[in-house]
Amino acid sequence: MITNQLKTILAYRGFIWGSLKRDFQMRYRKSVLGSLWAILNPLATILIYTVIFSQLMKARLPGVNDTMAYSIYLCSGVLTWSFFAEIIQRSQNVFLENANLIKKLNFPRICLPIIVVGNAAVSFAISFGLFLCFLVILGKFPGWVILGLPVALVIQVVFAIGLGIIMGILNVFFRDVGQSVGIILQFWFWFTPIIYPISILPKSIQSLIKLNPMAPVVSAYQSILVYGKLPDWLTLVPIAILAALACLVSVKLYKQRSGEMVDEL
Amino acid sequence: MTILRLHHLGKAYKQYPSQWSRLAEWCLPWSTTRHLLYWALKDIHFEVYAGEALGIVGMNGAGKSTLLKIIAGTTKHTEGNIEAAGRVAALLELGMGFHPEFTGRQNVIMAGQLFGFLVDEIQSLLPEIEDFAEIGKYIDQPVRTYSSGMQIRLAFAVATAKRPDVLIVDEALSVGDSHFQHKSFRRIRNFREEGTTLLLVSHDRSAIQSICDRVIVLHEGKMVKEGPPDESMDFYHALLSERDVKLIRQERLAYGKLQTISGLGDVTVVEINLKNNEGKSILAVETGSYVRLEVKAQVNKTVPEMVMGFLIRDRFGQIVYGINSYRVGKKIEHLSAGDQVIGHFQFAMNLGKGNYSISTSVSRQESHLSDNYEWRDTGLVFSVYNTKKPDFVGVASLDAVLTVEHLSSGQTPPSFEQDKDEVSH
Repeated sequence: MITNQLKTILAYRGFIWGSLKRDFQMRYRKSVLGSLWAILNPLATILIYTVIFSQLMKARLPGVNDTMAYSIYLCSGVLTWSFFAEIIQRSQNVFLENANLIKKLNFPRICLPIIVVGNAAVSFAISFGLFLCFLVILGKFPGWVILGLPVALVIQVVFAIGLGIIMGILNVFFRDVGQSVGIILQFWFWFTPIIYPISILPKSIQSLIKLNPMAPVVSAYQSILVYGKLPDWLTLVPIAILAALACLVSVKLYKQRSGEMVDEL
Repeated sequence: MTILRLHHLGKAYKQYPSQWSRLAEWCLPWSTTRHLLYWALKDIHFEVYAGEALGIVGMNGAGKSTLLKIIAGTTKHTEGNIEAAGRVAALLELGMGFHPEFTGRQNVIMAGQLFGFLVDEIQSLLPEIEDFAEIGKYIDQPVRTYSSGMQIRLAFAVATAKRPDVLIVDEALSVGDSHFQHKSFRRIRNFREEGTTLLLVSHDRSAIQSICDRVIVLHEGKMVKEGPPDESMDFYHALLSERDVKLIRQERLAYGKLQTISGLGDVTVVEINLKNNEGKSILAVETGSYVRLEVKAQVNKTVPEMVMGFLIRDRFGQIVYGINSYRVGKKIEHLSAGDQVIGHFQFAMNLGKGNYSISTSVSRQESHLSDNYEWRDTGLVFSVYNTKKPDFVGVASLDAVLTVEHLSSGQTPPSFEQDKDEVSH
């Protein structure tokens, strides 16, 4: 079954690739600077975090005596989180957005979430690439430990796809899901140590935050990029299992409800 | 070879009284079913063979679109099963996946990929697509600058760029102007000649009868008739006025044709006779000769008034001529049960050679939609032959007279000079 899926995906690679290209072109069409905007936007984000927080507000990361450390801490969390959030936000809407296509044309629906992930991956690659360049310029590039990053990223993406598809399917039947996803993601963002280090929280809340599956992923990024240390892989095991589970549930839900879903669109 | 097999197919839509009941059914493990099933299709059972053209007719809401969507694979059926061998292409809605900001060429590639073609394949098909759509240099302009006709033409050209094994055509989609309509139909016909199976949904009787081998009539989600185009279309037309399957009967005529009878039955036609000048019943008529059509009706229930009429249809089911007692100003009134009425319609058979069928109607008023006593399609089949007039084409005998005027330029080669003559009848 999985090989079959892969075969259809492969057969429609042209469509997937074409859609990715088109979505990217679409964003910057009719602008003078064109795809330069793809770089300017994340550049602004990174600049704001580095200049404002480290230089103007003189924020310091507790325990690290480095002006840039907090900026790097911020960027490593914020950029990866936006990748996570974008996948969920967009796949939550993917079936509704393409309702007409789904109703009128017979094509592998699996392409749609793949396109969503691909799109998010492109913007993430740009912003994160810029960030890495920044690190190199500042002389803060962590070196070979960076190789640990993709592992955490893959887990995060799988988790996001699973959750996103589940939300996407549920949203067709209950529009409340779409409305609530944005709110939940906001709370989740602040419930994850991205802007603040976990150590500044009271002990009771710290243990609560440990239940947050995204916390270990984000701290893995921070550990690699800020401290230049490989993360404690064991902390990633629960989220890896959860991610696999989310994917399984999404596949099962899709199989169960895809027919009914088309009727509801 | 069977290319498409539908086995007792059914489709039901779930209807929940509210979103809460849906939530309860989903989430509460002990919850009973809280939805009602609305059956859009029930027990649809047929096979289509390779190269065959199957027509599907039915009123709005009969389930045609649902059926096509299931065959196209976009909608899932609820029960039964469906098997299709080969690539199914559906022209349900054209221009799907077109993006207004991108050029025609980019959109063609994109749409082609959506149909599962490879990029190389599309590239090689592109010249032909451009050519067929007739949009010229606009191909490199954004689609938003196209007229709606251009968009439709381009979309049709992409959708039919490759010959599918099964082609589903919903005739509700109008394909541009009449020039392009002919062109697109020619393409569909060519596909058929090369072996494509065609599923056609249409309300146009002549389109159905000229293309289809077999026609299925859907009514309220069920197949109420499957048969040759003329029989099915007669049935469908009876259904249109009757809206009740029970009031429709079909009876085999002596020479194999099936007549369709619908109506209340207060008055019924018991005999239809076509007679020549000598009063002899005939089934083959010389073009232009005088005939008398006798329609004998039996009154079963006392009725205050009645209009009697007849129609002649050609072999495609197109109405060639029709008249009734009301239109000629004859009143038929005060009929009591047991009476018989014979209408004698006399006319010259000014029709071209071919086969024709006669439909009769007896109704209370002119429109047979109001108190339709009886409508009888294919009540009589006759042929027209032509031995006396010049061999013309078409159904109308217009007796054209020809005079030829040759305006010589003075340089006409001598060998043509003797061609100057006059022809007249």
